[in-house]
Amino acid sequence: MKSSANKVLLSGNHALAEAAIRSGCHLYFGYPITPQNEIPEFMSEHLPKLKDGGFVQAESELAAINMVLGAAATGRRVMTTSSSPGISLMQEGISYLAALELPCVIANMVRGGPGLGNIVTSQSDYFQSTRGGGHGDYRTITLAPCTVQEIYDLTQLAFYLADKYRGPVIIQGEGLLGQMSEPVELRELEKKDLPPKDWALTGAKGRPGRMLRSLILEEGVLEEHNWKLNRKYKEIEKREKRSESYRMDDASLAVVAYGSVARIAKGAIKRVREEGLKVGMIRPISLWPFPDEAIRKAAEHVSHFLVMELSCGQMIEDVRMALEGKAEVSFYGRPGGGAIPNPAEFGRVISRNYYQKVRKTR
Amino acid sequence: MKLTKVVISGFGGQGIMMMGYALANAVMKDGHQVTLLPAYGAEVRGGSANCTIAISDDEIASPVASAPEFIVVMSTPAFLRFQNYLKSGGTLILNSSLIEGETIREDIKVIPVPAGKWALELGDLRMANCVMLGAFARLTGLVTLKSLEEALVSLFPARKAKLLELNQRALRFGYQTIEKEEK
Amino acid sequence: MKKVFERPRLLKPATFHFCPGCGHNILHRVIAEVMEESDFRDRAIMIAPVGCAVLSYFYLDIDVTEAPHGRCTAVATGIKRAIPNSLVLTYQGDGDLASIGAGETLHAAGRGEKVTTVYVNNTNYGMTGGQMAPTTMINQPTTTCSAGRNPEKDGYPLDLSKILSTLPGVCYVERVALTSPANVMKFKKALRKAFQYQTEGLGYSLIEVLSACPTNWKLSPVDSLKWIEEVMAKAYPPGVLVDRKAE
Ligand SMILES: Cc1ncc(C[n+]2csc(CCOP(=O)(O)OP(=O)(O)O)c2C)c(N)n1
Ligand code: SF4
Repeated sequence: MKSSANKVLLSGNHALAEAAIRSGCHLYFGYPITPQNEIPEFMSEHLPKLKDGGFVQAESELAAINMVLGAAATGRRVMTTSSSPGISLMQEGISYLAALELPCVIANMVRGGPGLGNIVTSQSDYFQSTRGGGHGDYRTITLAPCTVQEIYDLTQLAFYLADKYRGPVIIQGEGLLGQMSEPVELRELEKKDLPPKDWALTGAKGRPGRMLRSLILEEGVLEEHNWKLNRKYKEIEKREKRSESYRMDDASLAVVAYGSVARIAKGAIKRVREEGLKVGMIRPISLWPFPDEAIRKAAEHVSHFLVMELSCGQMIEDVRMALEGKAEVSFYGRPGGGAIPNPAEFGRVISRNYYQKVRKTR
Repeated sequence: MKLTKVVISGFGGQGIMMMGYALANAVMKDGHQVTLLPAYGAEVRGGSANCTIAISDDEIASPVASAPEFIVVMSTPAFLRFQNYLKSGGTLILNSSLIEGETIREDIKVIPVPAGKWALELGDLRMANCVMLGAFARLTGLVTLKSLEEALVSLFPARKAKLLELNQRALRFGYQTIEKEEK
Repeated sequence: MKKVFERPRLLKPATFHFCPGCGHNILHRVIAEVMEESDFRDRAIMIAPVGCAVLSYFYLDIDVTEAPHGRCTAVATGIKRAIPNSLVLTYQGDGDLASIGAGETLHAAGRGEKVTTVYVNNTNYGMTGGQMAPTTMINQPTTTCSAGRNPEKDGYPLDLSKILSTLPGVCYVERVALTSPANVMKFKKALRKAFQYQTEGLGYSLIEVLSACPTNWKLSPVDSLKWIEEVMAKAYPPGVLVDRKAE
């Protein structure tokens, strides 16, 4: 029996809100949208009680993200959360946040799209989050939890990374993960040194005025700014790739999956392992930067990769790029917003792939 | 414990979510892994309420149940709908004070619990959910009565101590009455 | 036997998904009735909002498009400019119209777009579970202001109809409380008038409806109507806010 003494039962949405407040994020701006309304509702209850707390239900997501921009410009920790259609509206602001290098956390509890879609869980916003989303040559760190505990932990990490690299960090949650409850240990992330916020606008008392700008007309200067951003992104790519490797030691087939799909795939792998199939999984935790090296390395002893997603295939592009043709890749997915696959379904898909691609004789 | 899934269903206002939350919390206190998933959104608008609890000593892959081992139904529409999902050989526990009609399934075990009637014996129909939960604990052995009683504490603020006590009494009543009937 | 009551022809044989006692039920019926009159249906293009009324197209046998949340009057502008002879109706909740869509609404009215809006004020966000809306009244509790709307941190309610009624491009604004058969008739008359004005090309018209949301108000349907009359109508007094033709 494992100890549960220091655990509390929290929904993913509550865990995210709780972790944000405990990370010192006392400012929240957002607009209602299912399936994440529990977050603004929680924030509206708790933040006004804090001495430095602020909560505003914005008139739109467009306003919310720009309120975030304003608060971030003062150097304080700030968050907004939404779900797919609302995140689409925020893209303009996210482009500006990246350009101005302002730290903040944005959580997307993804639902089925495109358009209004539905409120069922989905992974169809992978491209939007990992390819920039708005205009311009920028990237956003994107973290994808697969348990409520991980939502709690990664939210803290998100605030840390946002401050460390000066930019927006996206938590790619999913409707399902936000709605479900699991035991959570309220553990604190070790706080490492962060650079001083010597760019924050706080009133210029005793120092020269500071400016935050993205309009850069002087010859060559925008190019230099973009090179600077690019150096930062390269640095992030070097240091912040995260993935979990599950039973890969002797695997001859590797599943690649993230978020809710990864936890279901894990259950499926346990089943097929009992039948003697040598299957493992690489679970990207950071979707950008994508953990391509872990995948490339696995290709040294794995000849086949099976990408599983709750979309018709988005992450598979990153897996293919990571593999550089070194191994065969196949795909199993369903559009988000529909039925949630179960471990038995995944188990059948995995063993079919196994016998077709890896051990061609039964 | 082997992976076991439980669906609790009824209509809004019957305290279905409270049952799910108390059960999941108690299972956690008993030292098991657990997930709780409420039905959300459009489904709720129709006035129905349901949630799924998964219990295991191993990591839980999916919080969703396509064929749960146990189903607790508190209303007739819930009964009609959810009896179809139950795993073959599974157990359907129904609030016989409210639900009429017989199951169409021959491969399941049906246990009627007059939760509404017993709650009225305790003086308050609103206690039917806790009466049922107490009976559920005894019938399934999935959760201890002690942890359920503790779990309720986190659901009621201090100023509602009286209501908490009433609900705890209802838990014990459900548990003990089923126990007596078994003997 | 004489038939005194029948289902409007333009109501499709579908069951409303709205909650019992919800104002959307009545409004859809009345819209169907008015659309049957004159040649309205032949020219009508409706824009459904994002909100509880998003499924309008399942109930009304007229041409309907969805619009992104709040963008109804922008979509309406596009339709009207493409087919000037069309009868364009937007149907919007208070979140859709006065919050996320306030900009589009204000500018469509400012341009005097010849379209009509039915503006359903139920003082909260119905579909998403009862959060604060721009119309939420002072001290009224919602799920994002559980202690009641406090102007200090939540700001003041916004009476957009009143603001719109001051604009020269707006030809007609009326507010009705959907609480009695007589008031339902008032809405019907107002809708007819708005369609008439639109057909005459007089400008933008809007009818605000004080409409019950028993589910999120946590009141019975009957108490909801009482609440509209006793509380809501004080903050949002029914009546004609502007009628340029009558002036
Ligand atoms: C861009 C975007 N943000 C948020 C939502 C979520 N949402 C759906 S309906 C709604 C508000 C509904 O309130 P209201 O307009 O007052 O209409 P009612 O449901 O009360 O009739 C919101 C915020 C969405 N669909 N799209
Ligand atoms: S939630 Fe409110 S507005 Fe929506 S259908 Fe129900 S009563 Fe009507």
